[in-house]
Amino acid sequence: MEYWLPVFYMAAMGLALLVYVILDGYDLGIGMLLPLAEESEKDVMVASIGPFWDANETWIVLGVGILLIAFPIAHGIVLTHLYLPVTIMLMGLILRGVAFDLRVKAGDHRRTLWNRAFFIGSTVAACAQGWMLGSYITGLEDSTLSLVFSVLTAATLPALYLVLGCGWLLIKTEGRLLDRAIGWARAAVWPMGLGLLVVSIATPIVSQTIADKWFSLPNFLWLAPIPVITSLLYLGLLLMLRRDELLQGSRNWLPFAAVILICLMAGLGLAYSLFPDIVMNRMTIWEASASVKSLQFTLVGVVITLPAILVYTLFVYRVFRGKATTLSYD
Amino acid sequence: MDLDPLLLARIQFAANISFHILFPAISIGLGWILIYFRLRYTRSGDKAWEYAYQFWVKVFALTFAMGVVSGITMSFQFGTNWPGFMEKAGNVAGPLLGYEVLSAFFLEASFLGIMLFGKNRVSNRVHLISSFFVAFGTTLSAFWILSLNSWMQTPTGYHLEDGVVMVDSWMEVIFNPSFPYRFFHMLAASVLTSAFLVAGVSAWRALHEVDGPATWRVMRTGVLLAAVMAPLQIFIGDLHGINTLEHQPAKIAAMEAVWETGREVPFTVVAFPDQETRSNRWALEIPYGASLILTHSPRGEVQGLNDFVGKHPPVAVVFWSFRVMLGIGVLMLLVSWWAAWQLFRRGKAGRPVLMALAAMTFSGWVAVLAGWYVTEIGRQPWIVDGVFTVSDVVADHSSATMSGTLFGYILLYLFLLASYIGALRQLAKKPAASLQLGPTPHFDTSARA
Repeated sequence: MEYWLPVFYMAAMGLALLVYVILDGYDLGIGMLLPLAEESEKDVMVASIGPFWDANETWIVLGVGILLIAFPIAHGIVLTHLYLPVTIMLMGLILRGVAFDLRVKAGDHRRTLWNRAFFIGSTVAACAQGWMLGSYITGLEDSTLSLVFSVLTAATLPALYLVLGCGWLLIKTEGRLLDRAIGWARAAVWPMGLGLLVVSIATPIVSQTIADKWFSLPNFLWLAPIPVITSLLYLGLLLMLRRDELLQGSRNWLPFAAVILICLMAGLGLAYSLFPDIVMNRMTIWEASASVKSLQFTLVGVVITLPAILVYTLFVYRVFRGKATTLSYD
Repeated sequence: MDLDPLLLARIQFAANISFHILFPAISIGLGWILIYFRLRYTRSGDKAWEYAYQFWVKVFALTFAMGVVSGITMSFQFGTNWPGFMEKAGNVAGPLLGYEVLSAFFLEASFLGIMLFGKNRVSNRVHLISSFFVAFGTTLSAFWILSLNSWMQTPTGYHLEDGVVMVDSWMEVIFNPSFPYRFFHMLAASVLTSAFLVAGVSAWRALHEVDGPATWRVMRTGVLLAAVMAPLQIFIGDLHGINTLEHQPAKIAAMEAVWETGREVPFTVVAFPDQETRSNRWALEIPYGASLILTHSPRGEVQGLNDFVGKHPPVAVVFWSFRVMLGIGVLMLLVSWWAAWQLFRRGKAGRPVLMALAAMTFSGWVAVLAGWYVTEIGRQPWIVDGVFTVSDVVADHSSATMSGTLFGYILLYLFLLASYIGALRQLAKKPAASLQLGPTPHFDTSARA
């Protein structure tokens, strides 16, 4: 129990954050794309994420919640250190979240203001999350190298979100907006690929620990499938985005699925790089873990609720399947 | 500028949590009021009830979004501002917050989509169930949060190991001595807050002659609910006070500005408590009052602040917050009964009543905030009563970082608060143009999300 409970929570936390990146990633990405669309299209874009964003955002609360429940000591260290980017991210998420409602309820004369807030909030939150990720990977250090790396991740994560957003629009939109989304996807896929490539190369350079974990035999052979599969997925994504008939057809969900799998691969690679540290080079998950009794108590809740959450999340997505139309309370 | 980082951390946390609580205070109550509107419509087919639902569900959506985004801020600020709290009390705080996210937060957030936008995509039954899950989720959320807050006020069911809280009994932790009182006090506060909001906005609309019959119907619901809840809340509050006297006598002493322990303690109506001289300047008192209220006996003993020198909260702010809460509570009782008497005995309310209701639209907010200031500032200097002090657990950010972000938050919150109230005004001003409450029930709202 003493060994496995922290491992279980680490896995659950990783899963929650991965789901967060995918789900809130696509709606933050759409927020970043908003200024590119025409007025009437903006409504459809927002409508395509309207019923979901609230639940999507809950996954980050679960991720941070698990950090708090299972690794209270690390929770303090990580969040104290990331104080500034966390604060900036929160302000971005606040702005984006209220803009959903206020862009239609604050009156027509305020619409442009809140559309802008929607865009700024989404962008700021995405960049701040990238910064947090970079800072976390480099062990929350204050070195220049760590800073440069954080800037790199602060640019890469938004690029990933943009492609996720495009992928979602391919599924949910039609007509002219779909044509636009295809154009955006074709443009956004390049900075994402470049970003992921540079981050992958830079990671072992900035972290000796991660370099040691990857570049030793036989580990290297076991791990080789991760970069290989990621590259193949990326190539596949490029090819799919070139085929109009696929993007306009019934298999238009394929690019989105490919990006999700890329996220999954990146998540696996990251998990391997970090494990078993909860704060890189400083603290393992066992050193940071809460008491066994507290972990057991919460385990009951996790085991009962998590499957239920998954079931009703799927149910909600099923209810709102198909192309998005303008939202109405009817 | 050299401001104490501890003070800044407290002000920042207080600013966030004060902003946050405004919205759950409405949505917990409003969620159930919406279900009532929905059920009335389903039962009677009366378009006025559907119209009431259509209007208030928009307010609910906006309120809910404000609550969600400010709530997410809270979940991070435990770690960013009070890392020591999680290190020392994480074994209690973690699981309780975790259960809130798992059992309540996901439930309400997921079904909200169906509740708001899914009416045409699911059956009436599924839509009602979804709305129920949302309302139930908000209430369940309050359950866990208030359980944790109450544990911080009256900790039980634990022991300390190397300065870290270890749980002995989850039942004792969750159902700690002050929990039931605080939980029902907060639920009633939320129902009252939303009842006055509903009645107040409707009165405002009636004064401006927007949408006749449906507006009046909604107003009656709000007024009746307020008239029932106001006395009930005073009763619950009284029980809560007696519970606090038993477990946190220093807080009660500050609330009543009682300095010396004694029997036959008078109730101080107004005074200016002075912590320097440890006495009240210019006090207006009712003999035996405090003893009577707190112990229900004129001879009952009330402990004074001088028994807790160095370990009691700042007196004046707790004393005055308590009076603000109490004052609004009494005002709520008077206004709701006055309005109820006119509406239900005479069938119409006059202009003075409508203006009083409109003026009281956000009175619940003031009372809720004042009440929370009483209980939270009243807990100082402790973060977990009698176990850890606030200064034990604060993060060591520089005061420049803290004041910078504090400034940013306050600016953002003031802007959002103004936007929220502005949006409510916009919604309230707009008549449902296509709504005909006449004999031809043609119903096609052009309201867009």
